[in-house]
Formats: sequence, C-alpha cells, structure tokens
Amino acid sequence: MDFKDSPEEAAFRAEARAFLAANARPKGDGAPLAVRSDPATLEAAKAWQRKKAEAGFACITWPKELGGRGGTPIQQVIYAQEEEQFETPPNVFAIGLGMCVPTVMAFADTATKQRFVAPAVRGDEIWCQLFSEPAAGSDVAGLRTRAVRDGDDWVVNGQKVWTSGAHFSDFGILLTRTNPDVPKHKGLTMFWVDMKAPGVEARPIHQMSGDREFNEVYFTDVRIPDSQRLGEVGAGWQVALVTLMNERLAVGTGYGPTPEELMALARALDLGGRPAMADQAFREKLADWYVAAQGLKFTKFRTLTALSRGQTPGPEASIGKIVSANQMQEMSAMALDLADQYGILNDPAEAPFGGLFHRNFMFAPGLRIAGGTDEILRNIIAERVLGLPGDVRVDKDIAFKDLPTGR
Amino acid sequence: MDFDFSDDQKFMKEQARKFLKEQCDSRVARGVLNDPARGYDADLWRRIAGMGWLGIPIAEQHGGLGLGQIALCAIAEEMGRACAPVPFASTVYFFTQAVLLAGSSEQQAALLPAVAAGDLIGAWAVAEGAGVAAPGSALGCRVEGGRLSGVKVPVTDGAIADRLIVLAQEGGQAGLYLVDARGGGVRAETLASLDPTRNVARVTFDGAPAERLGDAGDGWALAQAVLDRAAVLLAFEQVGGTDACLEMAKDYALNRYAFGRVIGGNQAIKHKLADMYVKGELARSNAYFGAWALEEGGAELPLAAAAARIAGSEAYWFAAKENIQTHGGMGFTWEADCHLHYRRSEQLRLVAGAPRLWKERLISQLEQRNAA
Repeated sequence: MDFKDSPEEAAFRAEARAFLAANARPKGDGAPLAVRSDPATLEAAKAWQRKKAEAGFACITWPKELGGRGGTPIQQVIYAQEEEQFETPPNVFAIGLGMCVPTVMAFADTATKQRFVAPAVRGDEIWCQLFSEPAAGSDVAGLRTRAVRDGDDWVVNGQKVWTSGAHFSDFGILLTRTNPDVPKHKGLTMFWVDMKAPGVEARPIHQMSGDREFNEVYFTDVRIPDSQRLGEVGAGWQVALVTLMNERLAVGTGYGPTPEELMALARALDLGGRPAMADQAFREKLADWYVAAQGLKFTKFRTLTALSRGQTPGPEASIGKIVSANQMQEMSAMALDLADQYGILNDPAEAPFGGLFHRNFMFAPGLRIAGGTDEILRNIIAERVLGLPGDVRVDKDIAFKDLPTGR
Repeated sequence: MDFDFSDDQKFMKEQARKFLKEQCDSRVARGVLNDPARGYDADLWRRIAGMGWLGIPIAEQHGGLGLGQIALCAIAEEMGRACAPVPFASTVYFFTQAVLLAGSSEQQAALLPAVAAGDLIGAWAVAEGAGVAAPGSALGCRVEGGRLSGVKVPVTDGAIADRLIVLAQEGGQAGLYLVDARGGGVRAETLASLDPTRNVARVTFDGAPAERLGDAGDGWALAQAVLDRAAVLLAFEQVGGTDACLEMAKDYALNRYAFGRVIGGNQAIKHKLADMYVKGELARSNAYFGAWALEEGGAELPLAAAAARIAGSEAYWFAAKENIQTHGGMGFTWEADCHLHYRRSEQLRLVAGAPRLWKERLISQLEQRNAA
C-alpha cells in the first residue's frame, strides 16, 4: 500500500510536467485566469486544446488515428493531476469530448467520424449535450421534443434546458421523441445537430446564483437530415445510455471550499474575544468535514489504484458528488455563520476570500441537482451497487401520449 | 499508485472471512452474550491462535509471522465483520503494539512468543473512572519499590487477561507498567456492560509486582502512541462491522414483503442503505490511509489515526442503528442479530476514547501542521 508511481507512470508524469511547464504558468504565479466564456477566453481555450492535442495530451485514451494518444486511463488521470497545478483556460471541451463525441464514435458512420472527431480533439469545434427538458429532468426519458419524419429529413420542435455551453457550441447531440404511441423509453431517437442550423436558438438561463452558465435551447421547425441520426429509430434510449456511461467515467475534481480555507477564515475572525477557531462546536464540525474530504481524496486513490492495476474501478467512485455537493453547502454556510451579521455581505471587496464562500453558498443548491440529484444518486447506489429493486414504474407499459403530465 | 491491499493480503483476508464465517457465526457471540461470566470464547481463541493471526505483526524471531501492520488491518476488518467474542483487540492492537513500541529486547523476547502462540491474553489498563483524564494529570495508580497499587476501570478484557499494561505514576512521573494479572495483588471483577461479548472489568491492584515498559516519564506519550496504533486497527473492525450491517439490512430488505412487494423497493429504505454505503466507503478510505501511516510509522500517523477513528465510528454507529430500523420490530428482538452490532459499534466507538476527543485531537494536529 503506497502512493508511488510505477516507473512507467513516473516517466509519463515527468513528460506531462515538462509539457505543462513549457506551455502554461503554475497556479499561484500571478492572478488566476477568469472562468468566462467571452470570445477572447474561448479563443484561448481553443488554442490551449490545440497545443495539448499536438503534444498528445488531449484525449489520451483515444486511438492515435482519431487524434488521441492510444494511452491508458491512469495516464489520463496523471495528466489531469499535473494540469490541475497550472493555470489553464476553462475546459469548454469536457462535455463534448467526455460524452458527445464518444457517442458519435460509437454510432456514426466512418465518414461522419472522420469529419468530426479530429476537429473536436483539436478544439476547433465544441459540442454540447441536449437531453434535459423542462418536463424531463431526473426522468429524462419523459422528454417531449418531437422529431417528425418528412422525406429524407426530420423536423424538430421543442425545448431543451440546462445545456452547458450551448451558446458557444458548434454541434450537439440531441435526444428526441419520434414515436409518442409507444412507452416512453421506446419512442426516442438520437441525432447530431448543427447548432447554427435555422430554428435553433440558445438563451442563457438566469440562475438563482445570479450567473448565466447554462442555457435553454429552443428548436423551431429545425430540419435534420436522416443521415444525422445516431443509432436506430426508436433506439435513442440505448444511445443515451452510452453517453451517460461515459459521463460516469469522467474523473471529477473537488468542489467548494477546503477545510484549510475554512480554518484560515476561522483564525482571522473574532467571536466575542476569541478566534472562531477556538469555538468547540466549530472545531467538531470542521473535523467531520476534514474527514469526509480526506475520505473522498483517498477513495479517488483507490479508483486510481484499480486503473493502475489495469482493473475496472469499483463502485466506490459513485459517492463523490453526493458527498462533496452537500459538504460545499454546509461548509460555506458555516463560513457565513462565523462572520455573524457581516456574513450577509457578499460584496467581493468586503467578504473574505473575495466572496468565495458566498459564491459556494449560492452555487451549492445547483450542484446538488446537476448531473444527477442527491435522490437519483442514492437510487443509483441502491440499485446498481447494492442490487435493490428499481422503483415502481407506473409508466412503463403505457403509450407516452397517454401518460399523465400534470400542469 | 498502489493504494489497496496486495494480492497476498487479499488472499489472507478472504481466507479469514471464510474461516470466521464457518467458526464464528452469531451463535458464538451469543454464547458469550448469554453467559457473560465466560468473558470470551476460548475455543475460537485457540483456533485463531492456530491460524497464526496473533503473530501477524510479531517478527519471526519471536514466533510471529512478521507480516506487518497492513496484513493485521486486513484481519481486523474480518474480526469486526464477524463480531468475534475474543480479546483480539486488547491483545494485538493494544498489548502487542505497546510491547513492540516500548518494550526492551528482553521484554519482547519474553512476551511476544507467548502472545503469538495464544498463551497470553493481554489487556490495556489506563482509565480510572468516568470522564477523560488530561495527559499529565495525577494518577490514582502508584508504583513504589516495584509494587503497584490503585484501581483501573474500565479495563477491557481485564478479567480474562494474563498480563496487563498499566499507566501508573512513580515518584511523580507517569510510566507504563507490566503486571502479571494471575500473580498476587491483582483482583479483577467483571462489570455489566453494553457489549458483554467483550469483557470489561474493574481491576484493583494491591502491591502487585510491576515492571516498567519504556522510559520513566514517557507514560502519557506512550499511551497516546499506542492509542494511535489501536485507533487504526479498531477502524478496520468498524469498517468490517459497517459492511456486515449493510449486508444484513440489504438481505432483509430484499426478503421482507410489505404492501405487496419487498421493502427494499421503497426509496426510504434504498436511500438509507445508500447512506450506509457512502459512510462505509468514506470510513474504508480513511482506514486505508491509516493503515499506510501505521506501517510507515511516521509523522502522519496521529492525523491519519484520528481521521480513521472518526470516520469508522460514524459509519459503524450509523449502520448499526439503521440496520435495526430497516428490520422494524423484528430488529428490536433479542433473537435478531442486529443488537450484536449495535452493542459492538458503541463499544468500539468508546473503547479508545470517544470521537469527540479524537475530533479535538485531529483539529489540534491540523493547527500544529499549519503552524509548522
């Protein structure tokens, strides 16, 4: 039991580090890069992705002929660990390369793959994922966006929601309903779509946090040629499962404040004549959060160990988001609490750490929902890890059009 | 990255699980539960000695297997899963660790072969009543002219132990002392406890011959160092116990019908079991880091031990109480095995100091590290 790299891993790490040192600046060496999606930031992101692709650090596990490195999952993780220590532009390619393009690779014909995969790896083109809808969140198979066959085309009408990066994406994969007369999972079909096609309109969502990081996407009489279909007509759910399986393989990083940041705050704050750090109730909570954060860190190491041994990681990786999202919410709330009434202020000039804790406080509710709600994740653990039965499905034998929909 | 048991350790762990499944089903624990005067299951203890587990951390020159602390962690997990009614923790996590840490080569040569052979049950006698003594505070147990007098309570496995390690004061300095529990001047009485499958005694010393273990004046520091080691090993018992509770709850939820279907199909139950799993994995990962730090024996151990103990205590307690809840009324009966784990989880949570203390210790360690 140790944390050392194997000789091959150490050699790869050195190579990755050398590439990064030559092409990026270490974190803490100057101001952090802004997380924005303005044209200049996007250009910088694309330039960085191109550089990575040319050096063989983009899509490390993909075959060389598709622009990858032909490397191993552990190499992918090692590169990510090293890159984390450098300032790099926001990764606007994660969803495309992590989920959308692998779906294209699995279901499109050779010509389509040749057309799209390499430009996506190089960062020339950005992809988004168009699954969730206002009436189809956790129950995504209940989506209503209709695709109706018209000659060689399909005509699409409907609305998607919570689409990250839709406003700057070039292409998307789109899950539609093509047959409402069969039960919901059986009437879906997947397409790839040009986000610049007539009738496609992305509108940013104004989040409760005040930010606008996600979009609604409206489809009005959008014509999609049948040649852009991914998988069989009516097999969209099976295609979507491939996309979502790739989501589970993506290695996430930590969210929210660290226990150390909270400690730094507590040392500086006075609570009635003594530092908050001396408050017993705070110390106990801090210990719990530290232990949970360590637990997640070492759980990730266990996953890496399986990868390093060439094994499939166990289900333990599934606990990450459910723990960290809740921890972000509780820790940021505690940070505000410690400041007492001053904690109401989130003016970056006034709030500690430039308002970090306040941003986390306002973002945490979203994190508990995005990419699988706390409740859905518990269901997934119960069903896939523990083998407990699925929920009662009152909708599984009923035609989609006959399902009750509420208001 | 190689953050897991090795293949050899996994094989040994599998063998241990199989052995304990056959030799230590819940009837064995119940045998002691129903007759606390027995103190432990002597047959099982002999068979465990026969497997060599008592000698895992003991060098071959002293009759042990010399397999190291991580292999011992693997066995600890299985002992916890089986809720085994034997003085394994007292003897191997406390007594042996203290002798390895502080014993002279003569003391090690005299004691460790007997432990490895299963001829010596050891116990750890530090507490003197309710509450927590601050390190460095005055002790009621005193040594004068090589004779120990005073009272220790509670002493886990105190009434079945052959040798005791006692924290006592001699000429104003605290030290650890070895006492022959079978010799003169020692009287142990079993006390009723929450978990009778682990004996608890009040031990009264009246001029018992005592031999110092480690340097004079090092008593409190050594006691803490032994606690750090024991905390990691106990955390593995807690991880195993958590797993056992989750398995029990899952089996029951898959077989108990209510409202026309198995109760495991209800989200209230599914989510409860998912929470057990999450806490169990956090505990396991923290325990693994503890195992690494224990084997390395470096400066990381105090923090790693505290984290392992806190996570293990939380996970096992949660799993034990929610396992009863999942079983409904059946879980509240004497016949159901749920209470064996409920008792053991509380015993393990308190036996090396309550989590509240360890949380304070963890934060103090973090503060020291940040100040350094």
